[in-house]
Amino acid sequence: MTVVCLVELDGAEPADASLRALTLARALGDTSVQTVVFAESASVPAAALADYGVSDVYAVEPGALEGYAPQAWARVLARLAAETGATAVLAAGTDRGNEVLAHLGAITGLPMAANCTIVTPDGGQTHRLVRHRWAGLLLEDAVMEAPIALFTVATDAVAPVPAQTPAAVAVHVHKPELAEGDLRVRAAESPAGAGGASLATARVVVGGGRGVGGPDGFAPLEELAGLLGGVVGVSRVVTSEGWRPHRQQVGQTGTKITPELYLACGISGAIQHIAGCAGARHIIAINTDPGAPILAHADYAVIGDLHQVIPALVAALRAR
Amino acid sequence: MTDFPARASAVIIGAGIVGNSLVHHLALLGWRDLVLVDKGPMPNPGGSTGHASNFIFPIEYSKMMFELTTDSTEQYKELGVFTQSGGIEVARTAARMMELRRRCSQAKSWGIPAEVLTPGEVNKLVPYLDESVILGGAYFPTVGVVDSLRGGTLMREQAQRSGALTVLAGTEVHGISVDGGAGGRVRGVTTSAGEIETGNVVICCGVWSPRVARMAGARLALTPVVHQMISVGPIALFADTPGEISYPIVRDVDTNMYERQHGGDMEVGSYAHRPIVVPPDEIPSIEESVLSPTELPFTQDDFDPQLAQALELMPELLGDERAGIRYAINGLISMTPDGHPILGEMPEARGLWAAAASWIKEGPGCGRAVAELMSGRVPAVDVHEADAARFYPHQRTTAHVRARAREGFNKMYGIVHPAEQWESSRPLRVSPVYERERALGAFFYETAGWERPFWYTSNAPLLDRYAGRLMERPAEWESRWWSPVINAEHLAMRDACALVDLSAFAILEITGPGALDAVQNLSVVQVNVANGRVVYTSWLDENGGFRADLTVMRLGADRFRVVTGGATGQSDAKWILDHLPVGAALADLTSAWTTIGLWGPRARDVLASVTADDVSHAGFPFGTCREIEIGNVVVLASRISYVGELGWELHAPIEQGARLWDTLWEAGQPHGLVPAGIGVYGTTGRLEKGYRAFGAELTPDYTLTEAGMTRPKVKEQPFIGKEAYLRQRQEPPCAILCTLTVDSHASADGTPRYMLGGEPILSPAGERLVDAKGRPSYVTSAGSGPSVGKHLLMAYLPPEYAVEGGSLLVEYMGEQYPVTVAVAGSTPLFDPQNERVRS
Amino acid sequence: MEILVCVKRVPTVGGKIAVTPDGQEVDTRMSGFSISPHEECAVEEAVQITERAGGSVTVLTLGPEAAIEQLRDALALGAGRAVLLETDGREWGPIATAAAIAAEVRAHPYDLVLLGNEAADTGDYQVGIRLAHELGWPVATGIKNLSVSAGGVVARREYRGVEEAYSLPLPAVITVKEGINLPRYPSLPGRLRAKRAAIERSAPDWAAEGLRKETLRVPASSKHQATVLGHGADAVPELVRVLDELGVLS
Repeated sequence: MTVVCLVELDGAEPADASLRALTLARALGDTSVQTVVFAESASVPAAALADYGVSDVYAVEPGALEGYAPQAWARVLARLAAETGATAVLAAGTDRGNEVLAHLGAITGLPMAANCTIVTPDGGQTHRLVRHRWAGLLLEDAVMEAPIALFTVATDAVAPVPAQTPAAVAVHVHKPELAEGDLRVRAAESPAGAGGASLATARVVVGGGRGVGGPDGFAPLEELAGLLGGVVGVSRVVTSEGWRPHRQQVGQTGTKITPELYLACGISGAIQHIAGCAGARHIIAINTDPGAPILAHADYAVIGDLHQVIPALVAALRAR
Repeated sequence: MTDFPARASAVIIGAGIVGNSLVHHLALLGWRDLVLVDKGPMPNPGGSTGHASNFIFPIEYSKMMFELTTDSTEQYKELGVFTQSGGIEVARTAARMMELRRRCSQAKSWGIPAEVLTPGEVNKLVPYLDESVILGGAYFPTVGVVDSLRGGTLMREQAQRSGALTVLAGTEVHGISVDGGAGGRVRGVTTSAGEIETGNVVICCGVWSPRVARMAGARLALTPVVHQMISVGPIALFADTPGEISYPIVRDVDTNMYERQHGGDMEVGSYAHRPIVVPPDEIPSIEESVLSPTELPFTQDDFDPQLAQALELMPELLGDERAGIRYAINGLISMTPDGHPILGEMPEARGLWAAAASWIKEGPGCGRAVAELMSGRVPAVDVHEADAARFYPHQRTTAHVRARAREGFNKMYGIVHPAEQWESSRPLRVSPVYERERALGAFFYETAGWERPFWYTSNAPLLDRYAGRLMERPAEWESRWWSPVINAEHLAMRDACALVDLSAFAILEITGPGALDAVQNLSVVQVNVANGRVVYTSWLDENGGFRADLTVMRLGADRFRVVTGGATGQSDAKWILDHLPVGAALADLTSAWTTIGLWGPRARDVLASVTADDVSHAGFPFGTCREIEIGNVVVLASRISYVGELGWELHAPIEQGARLWDTLWEAGQPHGLVPAGIGVYGTTGRLEKGYRAFGAELTPDYTLTEAGMTRPKVKEQPFIGKEAYLRQRQEPPCAILCTLTVDSHASADGTPRYMLGGEPILSPAGERLVDAKGRPSYVTSAGSGPSVGKHLLMAYLPPEYAVEGGSLLVEYMGEQYPVTVAVAGSTPLFDPQNERVRS
Repeated sequence: MEILVCVKRVPTVGGKIAVTPDGQEVDTRMSGFSISPHEECAVEEAVQITERAGGSVTVLTLGPEAAIEQLRDALALGAGRAVLLETDGREWGPIATAAAIAAEVRAHPYDLVLLGNEAADTGDYQVGIRLAHELGWPVATGIKNLSVSAGGVVARREYRGVEEAYSLPLPAVITVKEGINLPRYPSLPGRLRAKRAAIERSAPDWAAEGLRKETLRVPASSKHQATVLGHGADAVPELVRVLDELGVLS
């Protein structure tokens, strides 16, 4: 049995989300995990992929396909799936992963299941799966009947686990055949306006909600985030009030975060927000209301006004 | 964490405006070890207080609601959370314009500043209102808005600071334990944080109150209903106005809506949509709610018709395409079957109190009143119409509460006639002769669920006989819920005799070795009388105000039967129970006994023709009762009268009531017997005789001396209110209850108009009359006096005006009419010597 | 510019989401419904484009009759025409949904079709892309910034700290994400126009798809009520200790 997995790179390393997808790929059974990487073959992180049980890497080099073109990427996966006789094609449930697999679904006419947490072959063309709905607030048990199962893996649900025995990995340079239409939509990339750590990948996120009180209340949170080597995230009400830009929003309609620590300050814990921060390893809430829903999701809580707690915490951290 | 209180003097459930106010007043009254519990967070636990529109119009037709609102406003002012904005009710129809005049006259009764405005004058105050849409308005300059969350917080914190109060937020009540089942006593409360032992539990949980009451086995007659509200903004005109509100609140009453500035937004609220009743168990939890448990998802379709009407009234302001509907909710509010709050001890358990169904405008007043009741005091505001014990069981059924809430919802801003009857949930309680009454074309009013004939269409032929004496009412308003047949029935009774169905009487029997003490302790009048005597007496509260007014039959050494009005039966029963000594028992026999009244100069002839017992004046004197045989029915006959005629109340087992009626009916035909309705019994008959009615003339605000009901001697035995009564007797009365006659009914357009009650009595110069205690003179009862040919009004007047023959004015619908003080005191206008009764 | 905006009716949920006893749907007894959030922004974006460049906005939804409420919501915000593809209450998969929308698009001269990046409830992430393939149109997804010119659109989004810009010729399909704009609130006149507007209706046929829902369930929560470290600033020493223990203090 062969499965094909799209691997995205984060710098020179496989993206964390892709490692999670590979972890799930291995769990599909006694499989050969083939991966597609869009990079120079020389810079493929072969060892890291071998740790995750990858047997073959198909490197699509910039010379053959420059930059991100979702439909073209999907075309590559479609051809490779056919060539390798894959029973499943998967990717991480990132913006790109979901986009490419949706294109693949459209190209092949096959169904695609986004943001799965469990996928189990069930004989023939059947896969049983569990996937996120409502950004993970609900789980759907579903059955997929398809010659090739197409799915993405929820970025915040499956922990990345290396294989017990690393595979011997072979790197192939893959030269795709692409139609002109496949390249019609292609990303022109430039560094984004705001620098600094990305919310999605930050190790510490300091969250601010309605309790911050207004656009002027975020300075202490920024200061705290700086001290903790993290970034500031906000709830939906903060962006819809226009206090902070939308790109800082943590939530179902914002960014889903997976930090070591999420420090939620003055955030009540509406379900739309929980959908974005449920992937945090630890949550500490600072809230005046001991009955706030966020406390049901937090490991620790400080009951109190963030306007008193945060400055005191900043002072304590500076004093260390 | 704060130490969890294992014991409390009282546990108050619900930290909305009422609960916060209640703990504040309890603390002021000296209570300690109070616990306030709410499952939500402070300061806004998610109840109706949190989404209230927070404005207060002082005008109310109900004196109690007016006084609760006034008290609440004063409290808000003291807390510094009141902003006066003024308020205007606008009229789109002629009928509403008339109603606004009626409201302004009522405002004058209570001393509320009010003024009828032309459309142009309205426009001056509210420049964004299209004056072409309206016919005019009523301006109430003392209308204002409050910050009820802040006010509640301040009151709660004051109680906390005084050391009297522990607040448990985020703590849910799971159970209320009551010792001894029904009629038992509250022992404690089980909460999500632990058990609290207490003898007093107060339910102030607004829309959740029925659910919490059920934990104690009690049924609370309240249902949550939806009130839709939207907030539109930003309103360009409001951008630079200071504070929360700079323009008067507009009530567009003909469309059941209001428009109220709230900072940069305009709030538009509606009572026009279909009534949406939400069962308390279906209110979402705090967690499940998008906004709060009482801010349910907005149902746009229900509100859409209102948008057009709002736009019509304020086209430019609300028609601004840049102003958006920023907030829209189906807010939950509490409604009761009669529109009044539920205040006081519940009948199901001692120590189980309710302070529910109070809105923002009366919240602090309700809190104070219940705190006073809990402290054994007579509340400063007479809240008997809000008595938690007032409802009969049937009135507390879910079906009844919902039906009346649905019906009442659209009346919120309606033009409601003072005599208007409910249509839903009827008939509920019918007398044994109900079918006969229907056959006679009875027009039924409802009292406490009982169907009571108000007049009989079958008596229409009498109209010819009494033509010219019927005091017909040509104005549509006064002819509503009324018929000249009432006056014809009255005259026929005075000429011959009438049969009156009084099945709605509450019959309460007190028995046992302690019975005499029990009744003696309640009654002003001596009740240690011979067996077979009937005593008419008032019951007083500790301050000497009226608590009840009824008759007591002594049926044996240890047996007294109390006959009281259906409307007050439940409250009176609770009052008896609350003061029942050891050795006395109370039984409610209302459902066992029917009462048929037979009165008129021919009453004896009729009765004598169907009984062998002696019913002569000597053989059956006035003020006595005894069993007689009427055919094969044993009847307890009681020779008293509330209509000033010779006759009897005839009490019979309810299953024999129809037979008794038939016997009397047949026997009465040769004597000119007619059926007469409550229109005669409750209004015309009694007014001509100057008989006072509990709730109208007899209220806790007035005294026996003021009502002219003192007797020469005060009984030796102690009774509730005796000390106060003795004091009252020493002081000159500050007001005297008078009967006035209307001298001219001619209105400005020539149509004769007839007052219906509540109107202000004015000096000849048109000034309000207010007595030395600050109480205004207003019409407590009004009605025809067909035998005296005058429209009669009762009113308490300051002594200097209580002069027989004196001329005064009454204001009605904005016009003034001359009246004469016909009687100062209790002398009847008709048959002053009471010869008829004693003939 | 003729723009079609596709919206979906989804329940508005609070701090807790519950499933019906049969495990087939979200329990909406106490819920309101609204346009799925990304699509609210799609409506706003379409209205803004036509306010600047002229043209008109049509709003389409595939859903039960009750979804007319969401069509009217969009009409109130400035859409001029509304189309209901009425369903019988069954859940539609993305393949059939895209096909049904494509039929509407083919029947009208649209320059641009806007959708949300993914629906709040099902989170399939594919209707827009499948629609584009059906039509043979270019598509960009997850867009947070859109500029339209006569010849085409430039659609931008951010990915891993890098801004991606896509130039697409028209006609095109774009799926947007919340943050592309701040949607307006409906005005009163807007609501009234919406109330009066006609709704065009058709009822496409449902089709089975290879991915079949069996049940929905609420994930078992691994978390318990938080351990309270203390109250106010007094809790800071304890808080610092925990931060240290979690290894986030370098």
